[in-house]
Amino acid sequence: MSGKQTLVVVGNGMVGHSFMEKLVAAGGLEHYQVVVFGEESRPAYDRVHLSEFFSGRSAEDLSMVPEGFYQENGIDLILDEAVVAIDRDARELTTNKERSIHYDKLVLATGSYPFVPPVPGHERDNCFVYRTIEDLEAIARAAGSSRVGTVVGGGLLGLEAAKALKDLGLETHVVEFAPRLMAVQVDDGGGAMLRQKIEALGVQIHTGKNTQLITDGEGAVHQMQFADGEVLNTDIVLFSAGIRPRDELAKQADLAMGERGGIVINNDCLTSDQSIYAIGECALWENRIFGLVAPGYQMAQVAVDHLTGNGNSQFTGADMSTKLKLMGVDVASIGDAHGNTKGSLSYQFIDQEKQVYKKLVVSKTKKRVLGAVLVGDADDYGTLLQMMLNGIVPPANPAELILPQSDGSASAGMGVAALPETAQICSCFNVSKGDLVGAVAGGCQDIAALKAETNAGTGCGGCAQLVKQVLDHELTQLGVEVKKDICEHFPHSRQELYHLVRVGELKTFSQVIEKHGRGMGCDICKPTIGSILASCWNDYILKSDHAPLQDTNDYFLGNMQKDGTYSIVPRVPGGEITPEKLIVIGEVAKDFNLYTKITGGQRIDLFGAQVNELPAIWKRLVDAGFETGHAYGKSLRTVKSCVGSTWCRYGVLDSTSMAIAIEHRYRGVRSPHKVKMAVSGCTRECAEAQSKDVGVIATEKGWNLYVGGNGGMKPRHADLFATELDDETLVKYIDRFLMFYIRTADRLQRTSVWLDNLEGGLDYLKSVIMDDSLCINQELEDEMTHLVGTYQCEWKTTLESPEKLKRFSHFINSDQLDSNVVFVDERDQIRPATELEKIQLKEVM
Amino acid sequence: MSQWTTICQDEQLSSNLGICALVGSHQVAVFRVKDQVFALENFDPFSNANVMSRGLVGDLKGHLVVASPIYKQHFDLASGQCLEDDTVSLKVFPVRLHEGVVQVMPTPLVGHVAERVV
Repeated sequence: MSGKQTLVVVGNGMVGHSFMEKLVAAGGLEHYQVVVFGEESRPAYDRVHLSEFFSGRSAEDLSMVPEGFYQENGIDLILDEAVVAIDRDARELTTNKERSIHYDKLVLATGSYPFVPPVPGHERDNCFVYRTIEDLEAIARAAGSSRVGTVVGGGLLGLEAAKALKDLGLETHVVEFAPRLMAVQVDDGGGAMLRQKIEALGVQIHTGKNTQLITDGEGAVHQMQFADGEVLNTDIVLFSAGIRPRDELAKQADLAMGERGGIVINNDCLTSDQSIYAIGECALWENRIFGLVAPGYQMAQVAVDHLTGNGNSQFTGADMSTKLKLMGVDVASIGDAHGNTKGSLSYQFIDQEKQVYKKLVVSKTKKRVLGAVLVGDADDYGTLLQMMLNGIVPPANPAELILPQSDGSASAGMGVAALPETAQICSCFNVSKGDLVGAVAGGCQDIAALKAETNAGTGCGGCAQLVKQVLDHELTQLGVEVKKDICEHFPHSRQELYHLVRVGELKTFSQVIEKHGRGMGCDICKPTIGSILASCWNDYILKSDHAPLQDTNDYFLGNMQKDGTYSIVPRVPGGEITPEKLIVIGEVAKDFNLYTKITGGQRIDLFGAQVNELPAIWKRLVDAGFETGHAYGKSLRTVKSCVGSTWCRYGVLDSTSMAIAIEHRYRGVRSPHKVKMAVSGCTRECAEAQSKDVGVIATEKGWNLYVGGNGGMKPRHADLFATELDDETLVKYIDRFLMFYIRTADRLQRTSVWLDNLEGGLDYLKSVIMDDSLCINQELEDEMTHLVGTYQCEWKTTLESPEKLKRFSHFINSDQLDSNVVFVDERDQIRPATELEKIQLKEVM
Repeated sequence: MSQWTTICQDEQLSSNLGICALVGSHQVAVFRVKDQVFALENFDPFSNANVMSRGLVGDLKGHLVVASPIYKQHFDLASGQCLEDDTVSLKVFPVRLHEGVVQVMPTPLVGHVAERVV
């Protein structure tokens, strides 16, 4: 210890910890014995992402301190203890636990506190601030018995806090004193657009409201009374009206202070005392407080450099431009957003339809970008920021920087071409066809680029096909050759790959990528080729070569749900099931506490199974004579049926027997997408066969075959393909139809879309299958015969392989279960707990 | 204490097939790709489920990535960075193959922190 000076750091927040990391990295521990005080009970955590606490991240996940960081570096970290006095003459600190400690150098990183307006009633119960994990825990507790929550403050943090209240399921209000939201960062136009967008998300905004009193509410805990006479009843009040520097310690020690608070520092981050530094939000540089982490980190580096004598960095201010997503709304503010610079010119672009607001501020001479406001679309942020920071001269007409690229409007035609520009394609991210068209015209020429540009298809993924069609259509319109490459690893369409695999007799993914692709593959091409290999050769899909290709559903032979558990669907051919088997399903569900629901395909889905439970569940089912239902696979799902002529007084043929025969024939056949079928016993069509990929309807003269039907998001009535078929011809036609679809469809293309895009359409399909115009029918039938002959129940095979069963555990090194999987009861069954319920359950424990 | 925690035998970690290990209090997804090992937090920030170890691995635009099995976002295996959303990243843990076993440290590497308002 001899020869080392004592350095004391007061504050262990994000900046205080950053300082310590930088000090350690700079070798500062050779010169200083360090003591760190933190008044909270935990070491530094990520306050920027505090709201993620409500979406499942634990306090531990938010921690910024690697385990053992302080101990291993020999740093004394004293938590839960606040420094309350500095004796600068004696260089001694006193804490609230009456500890005294000497310092040679002192760093103040005390941060800030949330400003609470001195409104009468602000100290009532259920009035909170939003700063620490403890604050959040208290809010979550109160939310359990609350209906309405109100945030005071419509700035950046206030809107973040509003998101937290909304995540907690409360009716959410934001009350702002200023006439607009985010008054510091955005202008009137931007604030108005932001308000519109946030209100559309279900948060109620009240601007220009001066809260005068908080008192007992009517039908709620509180009533907020405003200067204009209006009132708002709410159960929770959350203050987020700005921050104030934590400077009381410095004030007590008589350091130089700003008029409105803040510890004055120079370019070395030194205060008026040459032994004391101040960094982060408590520090005042040139009369400015910096309420962002980045400048705080810069200050930490400057203080470390000065203390260690390394480098000669200086703090000379920081750019306060910001870009963020508030409740999913892009907002960005760059430089002089308000156009305060003398003589500056501004340009505005408002798109009410797409709810985009952009403003650009340039210098009088139009030679420099000074600032910008972007709401609803912040994609220009990077460019504009770079132009401002680097003094890049804007184009002669600066407005071009914020105006949308002109798009060539497509002429009306068939399919997606007929959709209006305003048609919503992706409902997750509210992307219209016009957005996609614009993006394609703007240079997005493949799916990956289009997704990255518009987000379309990146939510639930349900619109992926439509997005692809719009892309193909637009590229054709633009005269660009449509690339059908499935991904960056293969310059081939699925159809081409199928052909290459079949003709080249390729049996593994590595053979395929070595011969015809490049790189390692990805989550697009691996499952696609896995499926093609299965369609051609029908190996067990978890064979070592194939297992790494399978999506998690195929890999664990179940359907992954939102919480990471799986659902289980035993096959019930034709929807016919014995009472004994029904009882087995019931008993299994009961014993493993699974949620049960009847599916639209006449079977029973069992939800809530964890990975480790799957083999035991399936053992019971397989022992009772069940087979896997392939609900997880891109393959035949069900063949729905009515009771037909056996029971029904209207039935003309035995639809149930035919459905069972068909389901047994095609079960397990891997295809480009899932395949659904149905058989109806008469024209009343109780099995809804005309909404299926393959539909069969009985007539007095034989079976009518329909193809290409679909329910779901883009319903399509099936086309009548052939009439009055006998059993044998019916099956032959379905064999050929399915194999032809498997050969030629795109990845994840249902038969309905495939048929719509098939050149020559239904007539062509008929000529191939009924007239053998391509002379391939024998091949198609042989290929299907091979698939039918090599069928195996994947669960039965898996249960027989101890090696495969080892994979069915959550942890490789522990028998524990995933503690994040939590169920609660609803209508006498389990369902996944919401994030709020998880927090509340944890508290009870 | 930061120390190497052995999670399994070398041969239990197959190429291109993730596993999940409990390391300290962390759920860690571990992958072996092209003779390199990677360890990321198992928590998928888009679905809030612990499922990353069950994602497909591959390469995209020069990055080695794992795709979330739920909503399919891609994360760089080395840095944890999400390729679709630059404000999102997974924590990365030190990991190694050592004398026939796979070892992970129970402390995430200090990553970058998004520069936003405190």
